[in-house]
Amino acid sequence: MNDFLFFLLTVGKILLVVVPLLLVVAYFTFAERKVIGYIQVRIGPNRVGPRGWLQPIADAVKLMFKEVIIPAHANRFLFLMAPVLALAPALAAWAVVPFNDGWMLANINAGLLYLLAMTSLGVYGIILAGWASNSKYALLGALRSAAQLVAYEIAMGFALVGVLMASGSLNLGDIVRAQSGTVFNWYWLPLFPMFMVYLISGVAETNRAPFDVAEGESEIVAGFHVEYSGMAFAIFFLAEYANMVLISALSAVLFFGGWLSPFDPVGVRVPVIGPFLGDGIQWFLFKTAVFMFLFLWFRATFPRYRYDQIMRLGWKVLIPVTIVWIFVEGLLLALNIGPWFTRGL
Amino acid sequence: MSYLQFVFYFFSALTILSALGMITVKNPVHAVLFLVFAFFNSAALWITLRAEFLGIVLVLVYVGAVMVLFLFVVMMLDINIAKLREGFVRFLPLGVIVALAMVVELGLILGAKYFQLAGHPQNQSMLPNTEALGNVLYTQYVYPFEIAAVVLLVAIIAAIALTLRRRPDSKYTKPEQQIAIERNQRVRIVKMSAEGKSK
Repeated sequence: MNDFLFFLLTVGKILLVVVPLLLVVAYFTFAERKVIGYIQVRIGPNRVGPRGWLQPIADAVKLMFKEVIIPAHANRFLFLMAPVLALAPALAAWAVVPFNDGWMLANINAGLLYLLAMTSLGVYGIILAGWASNSKYALLGALRSAAQLVAYEIAMGFALVGVLMASGSLNLGDIVRAQSGTVFNWYWLPLFPMFMVYLISGVAETNRAPFDVAEGESEIVAGFHVEYSGMAFAIFFLAEYANMVLISALSAVLFFGGWLSPFDPVGVRVPVIGPFLGDGIQWFLFKTAVFMFLFLWFRATFPRYRYDQIMRLGWKVLIPVTIVWIFVEGLLLALNIGPWFTRGL
Repeated sequence: MSYLQFVFYFFSALTILSALGMITVKNPVHAVLFLVFAFFNSAALWITLRAEFLGIVLVLVYVGAVMVLFLFVVMMLDINIAKLREGFVRFLPLGVIVALAMVVELGLILGAKYFQLAGHPQNQSMLPNTEALGNVLYTQYVYPFEIAAVVLLVAIIAAIALTLRRRPDSKYTKPEQQIAIERNQRVRIVKMSAEGKSK
């Protein structure tokens, strides 16, 4: 009976994370069209519902009623499995993200490793989609994407090693707690090169502009999901946006102190709005939203990289930067440079 | 049957089935995918043994990186399955000998004293597996660990040395030259007075 209650409680918690996440993803697509619209001096969607607010729901309904076309000689099972394999890791990774002090689904010790493992699984959905579609464009897109993901995963992993060295823990909650103090205690300052590498490789890992050669429409139509339609396509879309939200949330947690308030400890003493200025989930959500906005801003600003330039950036620039900074961090730790590295070796 | 037992049998069954699938399916891509699934399930088994570091690293390294590259290569190959199956009878005796040798080896290991449940104390400490491994890896076994790292480095350099060859006839752009380019090397802006419109 106890096991059963535990099971129910866990399912409830999972729903509590996944349902708002999917809503955020739906409205993130709306925000993208609006934000890019305003950046390009146009209005964006404003016809469905008041000021266009029902647009994502109209989109979802449209996609649901469209036919899923399976190409001739495609591998039917893998063709339908690929979108699921793309979405599942993007959702599973949320299990270890701390929303507030102690608010996480699974408080596991090896949280950071788990995250790396989960984000490295997303590539299967893309490769299998490309292969199972029995299409040249899709296969080319899948190959590009696989090479890109493998390259940038290494840079991302090294950036996370930097966080791990500074905090001395793999648990994401402990990583945030290790950053407590003022804004300058957060890891963006001592680990600034790592933060930049993480952000850039995060954009590359999610296949977003300016690294979206996997679906470069001017060269390979739509890349790996060129043969997908209806809900199967919608799931790829969901996976991409869920991954963006995840990378944003992780940037907030690992480098910007997660739920910690920038006004700590003065903010809590302010009358009326004091509780809001203290630590709490609102800061986590706010920081995540800022990074999500950055993704949209990048897309509207930068032209797409050429493929060889992407590979060069990943292997020859980002990875050496992280290796050098890991070495520097080791020195800082050995010399007990405060306030971040007083833990010592 | 306790919950842990159920989890164990569930993942063991999946591991064995996917391993069988891996060696029996015809399509090499399917075989790779079965192997990935087998790795994933063995990772789950390791986690039930409270070896979460090993389990997650198995997923991270083998599933997330090594097998992706495998899949990459296998997808690119145009393998003629009929040709691969041709020599089945001819190679059968050799295959049987190798299989028997492996069965004997596995039997010796499984029968050994150290492999029994009684001779193998369970991880009862509250120290996380990641931390425990790190403690011994960087103190007691630091030299073997470093030597292993150097061996891997040698392998990396050897692989690069074997494949890196500059072909003089291939067209190649130098990124550093491209980045160093300036506007006035590419476009020339000519100042001229506006043409008068004919009225």
